Amino acid sequence: MHRIVKPKNKRSKRFLDAKESQIIENTKTAMFIRGSQTSDVVNNALKEIYIMKKPNAVMFTKKNNIRPFEDFTSLEFFSNKNDASLFVFGSHNKKRPHNLVMGHLYDYHLLDMFELGIESFQSMNSFKNTKLTVGSKPCLVFAGELFNSDHSYKRLKYFLISKFLPGSDGAKRPPRWARACPLLHCCDGKVVLKSYKTLLKKSGTKTPRVELEEIGPSMDLVMRRTHLATTDLYKRSLKVPKTAKPKKRKNISIDAFKTTHGRVHMEKQDLGNLQTRKMKALKRVREEKKQKEAQPRNKELRSQCIRVRNKILIKPA
Amino acid sequence: MAASTNELVQDVLESVKKQFKSITVEKDIEVDVDCGNLLVCDQNPIDIKLYRSNRNEFISSLARDNTQLLFNQIWKLPIHKVDDVVVAEIPDPQIRIPREKPVPKAKKLTKWQEYAELKGIQKRKRSRLVFDEETKEWVPRFGYKSKNDLKKDWLLEVPDNADPFEDQFAKKKGEKKERVAKNELQRLRNIARAQKSKVPGIGLIPKLQQSQDEVNQAFHLAKKSTASIGRFEEKLPKEIVEKNSRKKRKFEPTFGQLDKEKDREKKILNHILLGKPKLDIAKAVNKEMRDGEVVEDERESRRRQKGRGSKKALPKSVRRGNRGNKSSYR
Repeated sequence: MHRIVKPKNKRSKRFLDAKESQIIENTKTAMFIRGSQTSDVVNNALKEIYIMKKPNAVMFTKKNNIRPFEDFTSLEFFSNKNDASLFVFGSHNKKRPHNLVMGHLYDYHLLDMFELGIESFQSMNSFKNTKLTVGSKPCLVFAGELFNSDHSYKRLKYFLISKFLPGSDGAKRPPRWARACPLLHCCDGKVVLKSYKTLLKKSGTKTPRVELEEIGPSMDLVMRRTHLATTDLYKRSLKVPKTAKPKKRKNISIDAFKTTHGRVHMEKQDLGNLQTRKMKALKRVREEKKQKEAQPRNKELRSQCIRVRNKILIKPA
Repeated sequence: MAASTNELVQDVLESVKKQFKSITVEKDIEVDVDCGNLLVCDQNPIDIKLYRSNRNEFISSLARDNTQLLFNQIWKLPIHKVDDVVVAEIPDPQIRIPREKPVPKAKKLTKWQEYAELKGIQKRKRSRLVFDEETKEWVPRFGYKSKNDLKKDWLLEVPDNADPFEDQFAKKKGEKKERVAKNELQRLRNIARAQKSKVPGIGLIPKLQQSQDEVNQAFHLAKKSTASIGRFEEKLPKEIVEKNSRKKRKFEPTFGQLDKEKDREKKILNHILLGKPKLDIAKAVNKEMRDGEVVEDERESRRRQKGRGSKKALPKSVRRGNRGNKSSYR
């Protein structure tokens, strides 16, 4: 191991190994932090998003006096210790009521940060129906042109995708299941977030008809301040390692009968320099030599087939 | 008749169809469905009037339409069964999302790994348990409760050529400590090589937490390691300068002086073949006397431990051993 301080037991070693940068990354962990002053709305909002994000989430129980937009170092420290690259920080004061600061980090340093104010909030308890199990993975729907036109909203979209991204547990997912479906929607400059449970109903065809039933928290968010990363830092964070990309197999083709054909490219051979004297197959048999000496040299004979040691070489006329 | 049956069939089909709602969704601008991320991006402009008139319904219908499109796409994907569960293979995600940590750099190989690669040595997986013939049990190969566990030695043989007063247990423990320290040194050296940082030579073990003495030693060594043996180095305000460290080791040139070499070799040969064993009589006598004192001292300490032995029977100098008058026994 290339660590100066060796981990004392296997458990800590596993944690440190998971913390290292990997080719295919783990699911991102989010930390939920409360500021020094919070309101009921903010507390409930934090709790409910935490439930949605479980088990890849950490909820801080104590209140922290942090101002993310002024000094980000304490949040970076928390991220390092908890191995969490996403954070949601909730606070409430007169100037910014019901405030949620969400963001993500790259290499334990701040990447993007968005301050969203909660305009209206309805908790999960107000929707009287059965909910989904914790840990079920959502499918996301973004509606509204603002998510593609405005730069900050675009970044917000990418952040929210990374936040709710299902873990990479293989490329397989069962098609018959009921899942939450947070809807993010932009109109009037507000971002409306709603969660639904999908119900699959019969349709005439193989593909089922989807019906939605609202379960989860529903909130209207207004974008206040943002801190966006520089384009080059963002580009660096998007880099995909070479080994993760699938390798192209060149010069191999499979035909209709499922036989693999390969193509081999040879360099050009100088046929004039071929060593023919040492190739046994090209040597004449003794009897033939005698025969040839006996016979008079005839132009006609030369153009005929020459039988050389059980192999027939056809000389061009 | 045929026409009526056809009509019947059509009627039945239509009625069946009416039972179920359609799964097709119409949109102005095509919706971007990313199956890899289970994501739908709808760029259609939102009808503000509809939105304001009946908010919740509008949103839920919008959500339903988009989710339907996503599920339509998912149902088109290839399916296989895994443990009685029908599973669809989702493709790679289209939208790239920022990573949480930078791309990992290739780790540099350790010295052993480089050698193994060169020689083509493969790593062999060894079993954790080994059958011990003496106890007829499966014991771990190393560590706690293994065959060579130090805690098991209640008896250690003293080999013939060893000193009878040597503590074999302490010796074994010491050897283990040395092995552990050597391993640690080599591990840190590998790390230093990977990071391309310089490691101090013999005499200084790279440690994370160094004691004051070790830091002192390192400092003095560093100061001496100049061509003029630290003579022109700046002196710190509270530094204690070592006095006799100015001598430079002189080495003979490795080649050229054949007569000197010849003389040297001849001398050595003479000593070996002709010369008598070197015996410094004075030194030998002193050693004997000192050893005798040590034995006396030990007996005294044992007497003291057992009971109220005569503390003041022997003179102070003998009691204290060598620490007494040094010149008395010269």
